Amino acid sequence: MIRTLKGIAIAISCVAGALVLAATDSSWEMEPMKPDLDDVASLQRGLALYANFCIGCHSLQYQRYERTANDLGDIPEDLMLDNIIFSGQAIGDYMTTSMSQEDAEVWFGMAPPDLTMVTRVRSPKWVYNFLKTFYRDDSRTYGVNNKVFPNVGMPHVLLPLQGITEEVCYGYQSIEILDRLLEFDAAAAEGNEESLDRMQGREPNCPEIRTLPGSGLYDEEQFDQAAFDLANFLHYVSDPTRQERKALGTYVLAFLFILLVLAYFLNREYWKDIHNRKSN
Amino acid sequence: MAESTDRQGFLSRCRTWIDERFPWTDTVDRHATKYYAPRNFNVWYVFGALSFFVLLLQLVTGVWLTMSYEPTGEGAFASIEYTMREVDFGWLIRYLHSTGASAFFVVVYIHMFRGFAYGSYRKPRELIWLIGMGIYLVLMAEGFFGYLLPWGNMSYWGAQVIVSLVGAIPFFGPDLMEWVRGDFVMSEITLNRFFALHVFALPGALVVLVFVHIVALHHVGSNNPDGIEIKSKKDENGVPLDGIPFHPYYTVHDFLAIVVFLIVFCAVVFYAPEMFGYFIEKPNFEIANPISTPEHIAPVWYYTPFYAMLRAATFPLFGIDAKFWGLVVMAGAILIPAALPWLDKSPVRSIRYKGRISKLMLALFVTSFIVLGYLGTIPPSAFATLLAQIGTIVYFSYFLLMPWYTRREKTKPVPDRVTG
Repeated sequence: MIRTLKGIAIAISCVAGALVLAATDSSWEMEPMKPDLDDVASLQRGLALYANFCIGCHSLQYQRYERTANDLGDIPEDLMLDNIIFSGQAIGDYMTTSMSQEDAEVWFGMAPPDLTMVTRVRSPKWVYNFLKTFYRDDSRTYGVNNKVFPNVGMPHVLLPLQGITEEVCYGYQSIEILDRLLEFDAAAAEGNEESLDRMQGREPNCPEIRTLPGSGLYDEEQFDQAAFDLANFLHYVSDPTRQERKALGTYVLAFLFILLVLAYFLNREYWKDIHNRKSN
Repeated sequence: MAESTDRQGFLSRCRTWIDERFPWTDTVDRHATKYYAPRNFNVWYVFGALSFFVLLLQLVTGVWLTMSYEPTGEGAFASIEYTMREVDFGWLIRYLHSTGASAFFVVVYIHMFRGFAYGSYRKPRELIWLIGMGIYLVLMAEGFFGYLLPWGNMSYWGAQVIVSLVGAIPFFGPDLMEWVRGDFVMSEITLNRFFALHVFALPGALVVLVFVHIVALHHVGSNNPDGIEIKSKKDENGVPLDGIPFHPYYTVHDFLAIVVFLIVFCAVVFYAPEMFGYFIEKPNFEIANPISTPEHIAPVWYYTPFYAMLRAATFPLFGIDAKFWGLVVMAGAILIPAALPWLDKSPVRSIRYKGRISKLMLALFVTSFIVLGYLGTIPPSAFATLLAQIGTIVYFSYFLLMPWYTRREKTKPVPDRVTG
């Protein structure tokens, strides 16, 4: 049995190695971001930013103001009502936008999505990078585009904070000649003219974004912090019981380990009879 | 002293009162204190008890989840979030249930592997095996129906992909698919019927099948790692020489196993309930959206070996679409273990005494199952499809070549009495 299991392990590692070699990479390299739910100040700043810049369009429809206030360092009710809730809602209400769905559809083509669980669908890192990678693109309706979410249909709402950002380009993207030739042949064989045109054109290589100095309220470091705070806050909202869960988990596991010791000795005590019987 | 005698007297009178009306003592004797199990069970033998434990866990947490769940297209997704955020310990109940679903398949797959390795399906345990296969099928259906209930986008599209397979059946397919869904698309009607099946019909069937599985097992007695019958050697009282009472020896043993299991299980529940997208997939935190397909649709990990085999069928045959043959391959892969009692022609039961080819084939089978499982989670590519096709052939070879290699290979002599 043991030998069979060893064989299985070796075979699986060989296949896994082959699959890793065959894997492909993604285009925009995202900056790392590790959320910190113990940093209550950051979460509170994130809440303030959300209330000022995001909730006008994006609801947090499963999260209540009151719970948020309680979880983020017991923010007093009057402070919440004066500084966070601008829509006349009660403290016990869900954090919904005051923009109507119908209007949103007319203005934006579709209603802006609810963001309660955006960091669970994407990741906190994705949100952080998304917020940081808007850049000027005059071909788009709102004059901006995004590196992480190309052709996103929303304006750069944090522009007053970040300032005007532009792509920095260096020549053209390197072309995997063989891939491109194969693709070209396939498109030519199918007579797909659109693909042929696209392939003959060359795409500029723009791996950086630059902020025009002095165009925003924040400097680069401050804006990075703001993007972090927002992503961190959304990470909290996506699963507000996370901290409670981990804290409770420690007690549950501690209890189970004590139970394990008892169960182990109980088992050993009973099985003594059987082991003794066998040796007789 | 007198008080304790009085108490014993009272308890004994209670037992007599019950025994006159219900076979309590008789049942406990038959299934626990005088049910003799082989004394050489190893660690692989705890997974039956663990499966039973997880079933209970799912039943209990399921009842509590149902209390706050709303089976409507408008309300299902929100009601899950309501449970997670506003019901006291709702998050715990939900994660116990979602992690429990994956844990159920982990323990059942290992339980089945043990059966494969030690020949637990061989005569006279064919019926136990077939009932077990029934449990497995119901469990797969239960998991499938349950996965739609959160009404997340992966729930929706995963169910859509699987239900659309029915449409690949020639002639009746499209009508049958509409009948299964109860609508022209996946809708609230589909959600309602999946809910009814998930919380009522299938759990009922599971409980009955598990009961029958255990009754049949206790009738013929358990197999063991040596694959020999302990009933053939009995003492003067008719007790098997290598048998020990299930209670207390295996109850304390299984209790220890349950605690170890709970440590691993709770570590997942409390620290990684999504299990990096394997237990709860990322798109499932978005509400079902019939006009927005997730970037990559993959079923939950416990179906992925079969999903990979489904996708491995890439060419049409006899003028019928490849999708239909994929369905045939997948159904075949799920059902073929039921034929094991009649495919295994070896003179011995256990892998311990079988020949080298059997050991190699079992290793290849498990490898193919795990590799296929991985391939089912990644987007298709030419290389992955080729690998899945090889995996499918290896998977089926284990079963279809079994009559040949089990008869041909040289086996080791089986001991008279159990070892270890």
